Amino acid sequence: MRIVVLVKPVPDPGEERLGADGRLDRSVSAVINGNDEYVLEAALQLIDANGGDVTLLSMAPAGITDPIRKALAMGATRAVLVSDPALAGACAWSTAQVLAAALQTLEYDLVLVGADTSDGGGGVVGAAVATLLHRPYLSHARKIEPFEGGVRVERLSASGHDVLEAALPAVVGGTQLLGEPRYPTLRGIMGARSKEIAIRTLAEIGLADRAVGGAHATTALLDARPPASRGSTRVVRGADPAAAAAAIVDFLVERRAI
Amino acid sequence: MTAAPALGRLTDDQRAIRDAVRTLARERVAPRAAEIDRSATFPEDLRALLAEQGILGLPFPERFGGLGADLLTVCLAIEALSAACATTGLILAIQELGALPLLLAGTEEQLERFVPGLAAGRDLVAFALTEADAGSDAAAVRTRAIRDGESYVVSGAKRFISHGSVAHLVIVFAVTDPEADRRCRISAFVVETDSPGFSVSRLEHKMGIRGSPTAELAFDEVRVPIANRIGAEGDGFDLAMRTLDRSRPGIAAQAVGIAQGALDAAAAYAGQRRQFGRAIGEFQLVQGLLADMDARTEAARQLLYTACDEIERGAPDAGRWSALCKLVAGDAAMAVTTDAVQVFGGYGYLDDFPVERMMRDAKITQLYEGTQQIQRLVIARALLARNA
Repeated sequence: MRIVVLVKPVPDPGEERLGADGRLDRSVSAVINGNDEYVLEAALQLIDANGGDVTLLSMAPAGITDPIRKALAMGATRAVLVSDPALAGACAWSTAQVLAAALQTLEYDLVLVGADTSDGGGGVVGAAVATLLHRPYLSHARKIEPFEGGVRVERLSASGHDVLEAALPAVVGGTQLLGEPRYPTLRGIMGARSKEIAIRTLAEIGLADRAVGGAHATTALLDARPPASRGSTRVVRGADPAAAAAAIVDFLVERRAI
Repeated sequence: MTAAPALGRLTDDQRAIRDAVRTLARERVAPRAAEIDRSATFPEDLRALLAEQGILGLPFPERFGGLGADLLTVCLAIEALSAACATTGLILAIQELGALPLLLAGTEEQLERFVPGLAAGRDLVAFALTEADAGSDAAAVRTRAIRDGESYVVSGAKRFISHGSVAHLVIVFAVTDPEADRRCRISAFVVETDSPGFSVSRLEHKMGIRGSPTAELAFDEVRVPIANRIGAEGDGFDLAMRTLDRSRPGIAAQAVGIAQGALDAAAAYAGQRRQFGRAIGEFQLVQGLLADMDARTEAARQLLYTACDEIERGAPDAGRWSALCKLVAGDAAMAVTTDAVQVFGGYGYLDDFPVERMMRDAKITQLYEGTQQIQRLVIARALLARNA
């Protein structure tokens, strides 16, 4: 089974900050988007069980290879990084066009994508890629099971889950219910140094003349603000657990939380 | 926010391994540290985790399933683990210490028989040199190994043996020729702990590294095949000394890690704890403590890394380098953890915070694998030998 996992380097969530221009400062250390690690884990489990390989596909500045290398250390086979100066400031629509074009240069049965990213949070790229490729899109997966010629997904719903099936190739959007991502082993880390990260320009994926990238963004960021301060934390102390519990209940009732 | 040492001296692999172990230490080891200390129970779950992640395979050759890492890389891993939990850092340090006699002098057959299990982290190995009356004076051991046909019969007792009760293999140093010169009386043997006559006679109750079992071992006519003797008869003392020359940096790494863990905790606390209307970190007397802690830790770290490089390249005074880094790092760990408790004030004395544990853990680094006094003897002898 040939699986492509879409991965995005994002600013380390613990260190995120806005720059002077009101945009996310991308000079802080980058990590693989958390949700993408969950779908990568699912992909690795699928090839552990069924054989095959996992290709990482990403769009990012060429210098940001450390997070990609870490994903390779977890066990992915190779990586393709689409990188072009014209892509700085790309919107979600551009990103989807770029990833779809790159996917057309790869062989795959299944494309896995995280539910959303911790920096942009739009959550639309997976669906847009599937649409551009005319492939089925199965979202919010908590379980992914391949079968002959197809894939079965348990899709999270408000009341439980739906079971969906689609023919391969298909695009599946995963959730964190797929299971905790593994830590890369030291052997994996050392082995990842010699794995290929193929860097592709827009021209190399056939998009040289297309209206993609920052100059053609379909959305513009007007304002960004850090979340409002949550106010002070109240810690209930005391030797008597029953009294402490009662104080917490009073607090919650007062705010109509319970 | 563990401070990064100067990056230039580490290779990409070393940095990647250090960062990976650091992440694992922060996410999986640190949350267990207080409970490991409180319960004084060997963290079997973390042994399994270190094995699974390949960390216990670092010091072993690739052909036996290890990672073939150099000494500095092994020390980077011990340091990163020890910053979270000294007991867990010691799992790797003791695995290296115990394996060194085999790696230094074992035959190919012995390596094939014993090393794959050690490299996979399935088997643990302990180093049994010390006895009740042979500590600093290691050549004074009394455990006997008497040749009898195709085996030796080992009788005696070993004390202060780290991992003695959890190891599958114990490297035992025993007297084979009581009449010989002090340096030629002893031989080294691999004793499998399921051998009849081997037993753990007691576990020590310790001030620190409480999750790491320190055992007294009894050998009651334990039969050990000749094939389990490491090196020639009489080579044991020399082999023990060569082992310690290479293993002491592991203890220095544990010490640097403990110091860094205490410094990080103290710096974070100084930024949060408010007295007189401001964070205590704004007071210069507290800043002075933190600055000295950082300077001591970094100086010890840089000496350790240099010592690893010198030992790895086969420096003729490897023993001196190894003693230097253990001496400086052990003293740094003790001073830095003591100051960390000071930064925390009264709260530092409570086990609600990690620094009192780190202070107790630090003390052992001034004692084992040669007391600080023995390190000074090793250093001074090397200096005097140069001019002899």
